Amino acid sequence: MTKAFQKIYTKISKITKATCSLKATGVSNDELASVNGRLAQVVKIDRDEVVLQVFAGTEGIPTNAEVVFMGKAPSLKVGDQLAGRFFNAYGDPIDGGPVPEGIEVEIGGPSVNPVRREQPSELIATGIAGIDLNNTLVTGQKIPFFADPDQPFNEVMALVALHAESDKIILGGMGMTNDDYLFYKNTFSNAGALDRIVSFINTTENPSVERLLIPDMALTAAEYFAVEKGEKVLVLLSDMTNYADALAIVSNRMDQIPSKDSMPGSLYSDLAKIYEKAVQFPDGGSITIIAVTTLSGGDITHSVPDNTGYITEGQLYLRRDSDIGKVIVDPFRSLSRLKQLVIGKKTREDHPQVMNAAVRLYADAANAKTKMENGFDLTDYDNRTLAFAKDYSRDILAIDVNVNTMEMLDITWRLFAKYFTPEEVNIKQELVTKYWPK
Amino acid sequence: MATKGIVTGIVSNLVTVEVDGPVYQNEICYINLAGTKLMSEVIKVIGKYAYVQVFESTRGLRAGDEVEFAGHMLEVTLGPGMLSKNYDGLQNDLDKMEGVFLKRGEYTYPLDKERIWQFTPIITPGTTVVAGDWLGEVLENAQHLKIMVPFVFEGKYKVKEVAPKGEYNIFHTIAVLTDENGKDHEVNMIQKWAVKKAVTAYKEKPRPFKLLETGVRPIDTANPIVEGGTGFIPGPFGTGKTVLQHAIAKQAEADIVIIAACGERANEVVEIFAEYPHLTDPHTGRKLSERTIIIANTSNMPVAAREASVYTAMALSEYYRAMGLKVLLMADSTSRWAQALREMSNRLEELPGPDAFPMDLSALIANFYARAGYVKLNNGSTGSITFIGTVSPAGGNLKEPVTENTKKVARCFYALEQERADKKRYPAINVIDSYSKYIEYPEFQEYIENHIGTDWIPKVNDLKTRMQRGKEIAEQISILGDDGVPVDYHQTFWKSELLDFVILQQDAFDAIDSVTPIPRQKYMLDLITDICEIDFKFNHFNDVPVFFRKLINICKQMNYSVFESDDFNKSLEQLQHAVSEQPKLNEQE
Repeated sequence: MTKAFQKIYTKISKITKATCSLKATGVSNDELASVNGRLAQVVKIDRDEVVLQVFAGTEGIPTNAEVVFMGKAPSLKVGDQLAGRFFNAYGDPIDGGPVPEGIEVEIGGPSVNPVRREQPSELIATGIAGIDLNNTLVTGQKIPFFADPDQPFNEVMALVALHAESDKIILGGMGMTNDDYLFYKNTFSNAGALDRIVSFINTTENPSVERLLIPDMALTAAEYFAVEKGEKVLVLLSDMTNYADALAIVSNRMDQIPSKDSMPGSLYSDLAKIYEKAVQFPDGGSITIIAVTTLSGGDITHSVPDNTGYITEGQLYLRRDSDIGKVIVDPFRSLSRLKQLVIGKKTREDHPQVMNAAVRLYADAANAKTKMENGFDLTDYDNRTLAFAKDYSRDILAIDVNVNTMEMLDITWRLFAKYFTPEEVNIKQELVTKYWPK
Repeated sequence: MATKGIVTGIVSNLVTVEVDGPVYQNEICYINLAGTKLMSEVIKVIGKYAYVQVFESTRGLRAGDEVEFAGHMLEVTLGPGMLSKNYDGLQNDLDKMEGVFLKRGEYTYPLDKERIWQFTPIITPGTTVVAGDWLGEVLENAQHLKIMVPFVFEGKYKVKEVAPKGEYNIFHTIAVLTDENGKDHEVNMIQKWAVKKAVTAYKEKPRPFKLLETGVRPIDTANPIVEGGTGFIPGPFGTGKTVLQHAIAKQAEADIVIIAACGERANEVVEIFAEYPHLTDPHTGRKLSERTIIIANTSNMPVAAREASVYTAMALSEYYRAMGLKVLLMADSTSRWAQALREMSNRLEELPGPDAFPMDLSALIANFYARAGYVKLNNGSTGSITFIGTVSPAGGNLKEPVTENTKKVARCFYALEQERADKKRYPAINVIDSYSKYIEYPEFQEYIENHIGTDWIPKVNDLKTRMQRGKEIAEQISILGDDGVPVDYHQTFWKSELLDFVILQQDAFDAIDSVTPIPRQKYMLDLITDICEIDFKFNHFNDVPVFFRKLINICKQMNYSVFESDDFNKSLEQLQHAVSEQPKLNEQE
């Protein structure tokens, strides 16, 4: 990599856990450097003193380490040869294959001009009713799963990725366990989908600061396929909480004043920069981001899920339903903000009202359950909502349900008719006349 | 000679510049990065070092790069041709930019240089004028826009010449004004204004009193906002803040609507771009986009321009208010602006206040809200800026600095509640926690008595009392059980549910229900209040929800029907029938 005219510096003046400083001239902000072969990036310039953040950490770096500046920001060679390959955070292959050829582009590139964006309007069907019926996804959307670490979010993400119609799937793994990495690799290859998948993986075995590069690498590859090839690209990012933790480590080592939950004050902007790469381009290409934000004990007021919720277009929650003993997509807290763009328009006219009525009745069931647990007598209506809730969980919310949206609507109407009168369901009369099972 | 400088330090978008001459606080400068000029603003000066925040990414910048100071603060260019434009936070016309991706250092002119305007003079030569006085007008999207004495003109001027009625572009001199020293000044259709300064070219700022109709029932009926009023909407994510904001922006009875999308999702702005050209203003029948200006600094656009975006939006609003127009300014979200301040304060290594926000946050918020208001202009006309900001409280906790400081200054408070949102009761405004201080203004009460009715405010207060009582009873029932409270408690609770479902909940995605004009709001409030005043007789608490669910269902069909249409009247008959069938307490068996 070193070119003949590059100057080699050998006098480091200061070393901290994550950074080292030296005197150098002609260095530009964000530029990459190599410190004894380890990749580093310029994070601060003060006249001729330059501070470098060493991604792999500074353990064992001597004061006379060889420092070479590369004259460029972190970049990735993009091209069709990326497909089917596995890379590390620097974009180097980890699957034993050759280095792919392509055009070198800097990662973390500019934002799309908002007036050049297209309004997302294409539904992504997943077959999972808890998503398609209640929280419909749309191309160009960004949405995370909010899940506790013990929940099967990687399994659900893989399922969604394989069901969903997309041209490319880009997996960004941050602090992923080796087992989960192998799970994705096996699932995708068993499904025969490897050729449309590109993966950038930082496992728990790799240095944590390196994972800061993963989302930008994944999204730079995604932009190539979406912009140059006009493809529908699905980006999976797991797990963004690990990414935020790495941000906190760096900001702490740079002596920045932490804000809430020890996170840097710029957390919102840092996360938004990633998620806002989700876009529907005018010529058909799109980037859709499905991420995972792991929670600690379901706490969504923590800075990471909180800031994420303000950036993403909704969020999906998984919950184990004790009534049916299965994992369901929680209908109360889950939300897809873009569903309004497609439901009732790209699906059937009754979709919005059926969806809302079912969730309202499910909420009544939750109240009835509380009443029951507190030892109160239940009314006839309470009993009917409880029976409805059980059927609804089993036939609609459970993640193993795989039917199309029309069937989901028909099933829900049948459940309404089984347990309620039209007055109790509270839907526009013209829809009741048309769809209420006779 | 303009001051020049050299970059000496870089940390993210905070750059230190060694200068060779005088600079002033908030002066704009341009950093030359290999031929690309990066716009920046001076935010601190120590000796010969100016600390500047760069409105762009600083990737690739080096120590030693050259800087040129512009000699002015961050300013907007005001003139005809801004309506239906999409600007970034620095008033660059986004539609004039080339390519799909934003290019660093690309700045576009906010107005149309070539466009010809039909100018009509208002003033006659010889008249004495001051800043903000009207010289003439042009017509843009059916709005009579005034060409004014520039706001920066101090003291009195005598009109020497005015251009005759005719067609001119924005640069054409339309008047010559002579100052007190006898010096002549040429005025064209454009003027510049430093965004961080408030425009004060008006006579007085009386208390606002006119209802600003939004068509949103939980606002207009329960907690109304006024022309020139201020309000804010705090809410955890997923409680429908944006949907509510968009509903207000679409439906409010305003001449001009300015939307500052400050650090929010790009797709939300795209929704406006996509929908507004096809939607009509319910009050004038013209296209919504014709009265709307969008200032977009979405969350992935440069952070430093986020602060600028809200000030740009306010300066534009003040410009239109000075023409005697009703302006509605919406900022979503002011929390992102505060966070941008926090990031910069952190890089400047200032001592932090609560939650690491800068210490002067409360003053900044107060000063900003104070720029809204209802004003009497020098010529006796009135204009207003109604400002509604959203706040995104961290973790949904309202005891955080941005919410608390905003609460001190905004007069209307619309509390969005997670619990209501979870139950899909939209808009998720909790009417009990929310308030409008304007209801207590005698001027406002008088206005309502003259325009809606004398019994309106008592009925609104009655609604709130019933909602409060309903909530208390719901809590008692959950502790004591259905049979642990008297049957008439159930009736009181279900009356509050009736009010909630029929008046306070509104389907923002239904063409009819989403916008309710005041006469219809009054009709429904009267109707439901009358039902609530009847003491129905029930033998068992189980019968209460059955009856009220029936009423709710009928009333919802009414909400979905065209006002006073056949469907509406049919439902009304059903409702009256259901009410008359149910036994009453004081009736003989």
